[in-house]
Amino acid sequence: MAEHTIKAFDEEIDKLRGLIAEMGGRAEAAIENAMLALQRHDKKLAAQVVAEDKRIDALESEVEKLVIQIIALRAPMANDLRDVIAALRIVSVVERIGDYAKNIAKRVPSIATNKRTLEPMSMLPSMGQVAGEMVHDALNAFAARDADLAVAVIERDTVVDDFYDSVFRSLVTYMVENPKTISECAHLLFVAKNIERIGDHATNVAEMVYYAATGQTAPDRERGGSGQAED
Amino acid sequence: MMHEPQTLAPATETKMTARDVKVFYGDKQAIKGVSIDVDMDNVTAFIGPSGCGKSTFLRTLNRMNDTVASARVEGAITLDGEDIYAPSMDVVQLRARVGMVFQKPNPFPKSIYENIAYGPRIHGLAAGKADLDVIVEKSLRRAGLWDEVKDRLHDSGTALSGGQQQRLCIGRAIAVEPEVILMDEPCSALDPIATAKIEELIHELRGRYAIVIVTHNMQQAARVSQRTAFFHLGELVEYGLTSDIFTNPRQERTKDYITGRYG
Repeated sequence: MAEHTIKAFDEEIDKLRGLIAEMGGRAEAAIENAMLALQRHDKKLAAQVVAEDKRIDALESEVEKLVIQIIALRAPMANDLRDVIAALRIVSVVERIGDYAKNIAKRVPSIATNKRTLEPMSMLPSMGQVAGEMVHDALNAFAARDADLAVAVIERDTVVDDFYDSVFRSLVTYMVENPKTISECAHLLFVAKNIERIGDHATNVAEMVYYAATGQTAPDRERGGSGQAED
Repeated sequence: MMHEPQTLAPATETKMTARDVKVFYGDKQAIKGVSIDVDMDNVTAFIGPSGCGKSTFLRTLNRMNDTVASARVEGAITLDGEDIYAPSMDVVQLRARVGMVFQKPNPFPKSIYENIAYGPRIHGLAAGKADLDVIVEKSLRRAGLWDEVKDRLHDSGTALSGGQQQRLCIGRAIAVEPEVILMDEPCSALDPIATAKIEELIHELRGRYAIVIVTHNMQQAARVSQRTAFFHLGELVEYGLTSDIFTNPRQERTKDYITGRYG
């Protein structure tokens, strides 16, 4: 894309995109580490995820300040305007994604059972991986202004929703058969729900990327998937 | 090359049309086949970098280019379906119907009252002094100037502030009951408060007159217009809803210009 006549404007936009890239990278790492901590029952890693969420929050407010400054001083237009508005909305969503990862990490100490005895647990890492990839791709799409990649992310949300339905069903069945595990299974249910929400939020990010890149709202995706298990 | 006229839905009452308009200054072509419709209910803004032809094109709409010896206009321009370049067209009448406000306020060196009364008098729009008084008050009210000048109508128009002078010029244009008002950079010599007053005035005049404004200030185009036309190198690059042009222009050149990437 051609440069602005006013160079400082380009520098601010670059800085904005840099901050969002960092924020996205940290959110992805938070998801990955939270899932790893869950699988390995690694309380130390879980605590680290919780602690590092503060940096994600700080990045959000840094982006907010920069966006307000750009709108006030540069009066961005057209694709620039869409970029900064998308940036503002994306960071608030990514911040939520960070919170979900933190939430998962916080539950790690309460899920002490050997994972082999908790069969539904086996699905969660794959589910977490898909959600993590969605976050990764949504932010890559933003960096590259890639509307096609954004659409691919939006479409992938059903995979996470389907995972959630399966996990939900198997956890309920498992709890019925093994009432002693109810406490831990309840925690796992929340973990699954958190991952499902991460998928939804990655979808929101992708929708904003699509808007920023094209000026159009993203094509409607099929809702549903986790219908029976809505909270 | 014939250009398709760029019209927009929903269509409102079309006031002026231009079809494949070309303007030459001697050998140099300043406008390269512009086709556009100007409607009654919307303010149309012409934007574009210096030398893009937006002012030249504006001036074809009431034949102001006739005053430039080397200027030659081709193509068709109509007002209510009537060819304004037809030999039968009375240019003085045309300019009463299509009024103009210029960059620098240019009141006559006469009283405020006379500035407004002059046009109606020469066009025979008033039967007598009482009629003229009514027209002067009505015009000054519509120009948003009445309350500020009603007690000093016989002071010189040039004694007013720049912003007041510009509103006086708008009042002068309104006094002859035009159908179209062309404004060429009407706020570029004014401070932000005076500019805001003119912009508010444009908003109030909308619907009563077809208004076309040329402006270098893109924020102003965004604020006052509902339709925006972007000119570049004598071409009409894009014409669309102002809200679309400023959020999602279709043409790369428009985008580069309004986002400050031009050049």
